[in-house]
Amino acid sequence: MKGTRYAACVAASALALMLPAMPAGADATAEGIAKYREALADGNPAELWEMQGEELWRTARGPKNASLEKCDLGQGPGVVKGAFVTLPRYFADTKRVQDLESRLLTCMETLQGIPADEVAKTPFGKGEQKSIEALVAWISAESRGMKFNVPTSHPEEKRMYEIGKRAFNYRGGTHDFGCVTCHGEDGKRIRLQDLPNLTKGPDAARGFGAWPAYRVSSGELWSMQRRLNDCFRQQRFPYPLYGSDVTIALSTYLGVTANGAGESTAPAIKR
Amino acid sequence: MAAGPMRIRAASNGTETEVKILMSHDMETGQRKDASGALIPAHHITEITATHNGRVVLAGQFGPAVSKNPYLQFKFKGGAKGDKVSVSWVDNKGEKRTDEVVVS
Repeated sequence: MKGTRYAACVAASALALMLPAMPAGADATAEGIAKYREALADGNPAELWEMQGEELWRTARGPKNASLEKCDLGQGPGVVKGAFVTLPRYFADTKRVQDLESRLLTCMETLQGIPADEVAKTPFGKGEQKSIEALVAWISAESRGMKFNVPTSHPEEKRMYEIGKRAFNYRGGTHDFGCVTCHGEDGKRIRLQDLPNLTKGPDAARGFGAWPAYRVSSGELWSMQRRLNDCFRQQRFPYPLYGSDVTIALSTYLGVTANGAGESTAPAIKR
Repeated sequence: MAAGPMRIRAASNGTETEVKILMSHDMETGQRKDASGALIPAHHITEITATHNGRVVLAGQFGPAVSKNPYLQFKFKGGAKGDKVSVSWVDNKGEKRTDEVVVS
């Protein structure tokens, strides 16, 4: 009798010791990664691009020798603050839904006379694409801390959202892969990178709201177009054209999913 | 990104001043090869100096192990709002850059 009580007591204390031990270990790892991220974020080199982007916005350039200060990003000509968290959206002048980068192409062509199709053909990190990287860093920083509010009232915006949703869930290619393979469930990760579940609001805001971002591994600033382009590569899909409708549709889907669920942190810092 | 302006912040709490510097530099190690297999020549900062109202408060040597677009943070005793903190670097090609900030 005495023996069984003792044994039960040992078992209970062993359980008490074991149970909290596992989550504590996982917490310590997560805490360590969070600390590392915090240390990285202090002194995010994206600030260097932000400085350059602000200057570029105000500098008269191109064949028409004009600045971008009259560029309408959806909040009226020249309004930058708050524009990033309401893109992509429908623009009446181009009669299409545009994300920040395709809109910048329009502004560069109409205001400055820089041919949009040539910029679109330029590889990332070269020539005018560098200007775009600096501009998106600054423009997104101007909406830092704001909640996503991507519009869905126009029929074209609704259509793009639906196309984006389909593209996100579309599996194909040699690996039968889709966006949803990595970003459709909670708690997934690749090595130490937590993968946001982009089908849910808070994670979509955390994921979509972090780009453009400075990539520590390459020392470059990646725009959302470049991020999506690399997602297509990882899926072994053909590369999408720069600023093409499928990339804008995907951004619309992610942005609308993020609506009201979280704040923009872009330009963030990534591994 | 070529050597653009540095981003410097300096804040005083009354007894000491904290300086945060973000430098824009490629910091090529000299070990990497380009797409055609040719060695990319080393190009990195070798010396960095920070002064407070003209007095040197930090002097350091950088080598190829320091990352691209380096970030440096340090504190020094003294310093008051309105003082000037100036940061300069020299790289192995002899290029120089100096930027100045007012302590907040």
